[in-house]
Amino acid sequence: MSAEAPVQAPVHAVPFLPMIRTLGLVSLICGFAVTLAYQWTKPFVEENQRITTERAVRAVLPQAAVQKAFVLGADGVAPATGDSPAEDTVFVGYDDAGRIVGIAARGAARGYADLVHLMYAYDPACQCINAVRVTKMNETPGLGDTVLKDPDFKRNFEALDARVNAEGTALANRIVTVKHGTKREAWQIDAISGSTVTSKAMGRALDQSAQRLVPRMQRHLAELARGGR
Amino acid sequence: MSLVNKEEPLTLDTFVRGVWRENPVFVTLLGMCPTLAVTNSATNAISMGLATVFVLLCSNVLVSMLRKVIPKQVRIAAYIVLIASFVTVVDYAIQAISLEVYEALGAFIQLIVVNCIILGRAEAYASRQTVLNTVVNSVGTGVGFTLALLCLGVVREVLGAGTLFGMRVMPDQFQPWVLMLLPAGGFFVLAGWLLLFDWLNQRRERRALEAQGVTVHGQ
Repeated sequence: MSAEAPVQAPVHAVPFLPMIRTLGLVSLICGFAVTLAYQWTKPFVEENQRITTERAVRAVLPQAAVQKAFVLGADGVAPATGDSPAEDTVFVGYDDAGRIVGIAARGAARGYADLVHLMYAYDPACQCINAVRVTKMNETPGLGDTVLKDPDFKRNFEALDARVNAEGTALANRIVTVKHGTKREAWQIDAISGSTVTSKAMGRALDQSAQRLVPRMQRHLAELARGGR
Repeated sequence: MSLVNKEEPLTLDTFVRGVWRENPVFVTLLGMCPTLAVTNSATNAISMGLATVFVLLCSNVLVSMLRKVIPKQVRIAAYIVLIASFVTVVDYAIQAISLEVYEALGAFIQLIVVNCIILGRAEAYASRQTVLNTVVNSVGTGVGFTLALLCLGVVREVLGAGTLFGMRVMPDQFQPWVLMLLPAGGFFVLAGWLLLFDWLNQRRERRALEAQGVTVHGQ
């Protein structure tokens, strides 16, 4: 028996260089196509997003002649830009004389299938939420989506109490969704029977957003009013 | 699905077989995920169909162009990168055209990457055929897929919402069958179309046999 083991040649040599070269070429073509598409479509996508937001604000503030977006930070008010955080952005509606007619803001909470996104209008005069519009949801047709059509449910949002507490730090009363037929207070939302999860999601979305933004709206109301002039 | 090893001549069949004889939804039962998920309205169905046609056509044309350059060891990786890139392009394009459609289709736009119709055509056809043949075959397959989605979308929207492309087509007294908009409705309607296609195929085969003078038993 020989001391040296026979050297076995590989049956199929893997063409390493052509593989790298081909994948590099494919990646180059693909990278170019994706970058080109991104740059080309970016202005159109931004314009679509602006129109969608504007429509949602107009739906909850139909009486506003002019709408302006501001960021309500913990320390002050600034005009909103494209990079402003959505959860701190509010849309102030002004009439022809430059007076505030309402302030719109976004909210979102998990429903049955996915997040329920909504836009609501806050009226500083009555310290209440007086309009709500669902902007995006994927709830079950025939069950969850009844929140969009049910007239009794819509009446919850004609003057939903959102007063600020004495310290001006949060809502005086949490906005809560209660079992159908048990609504007693102005800050409660009467759920729809058979659509309880979605009704509760809307209540949570409003409460979370209003707890954060309404105290800031009240605190900076004078600055927001000056924005209309 | 045809597995052609040699370049085939361009004929009408190159286009038509994807539409009818090898229809991806009704015959080969591929791409079932978007077929059942996004066909709850005719608009969604046609949008998904057109997005798939774009990705199928562009990626398969590039696969065909590069078929003699791509080593077989890395072909699937290369095809997937090409398909994923065109899906990203179509994703941006749909956002630019309509945010409503983009949100309605949701994750199923990105999931076109794993649609086996596209990878199947790339592997079984585009990697072996000329660019012209690939264009014709991809368009045929894409049209077949779009028509199939539309068949489902039209039935589900009309019965489930009483509308077609968002316009009311059923009388006011009509009570929508909400079930048709739910996943179960997708299965019911697909089963109905499959039954129809199977019956048509069986009838065609029987007539062909009868024309040849063969007696068909059990019919």
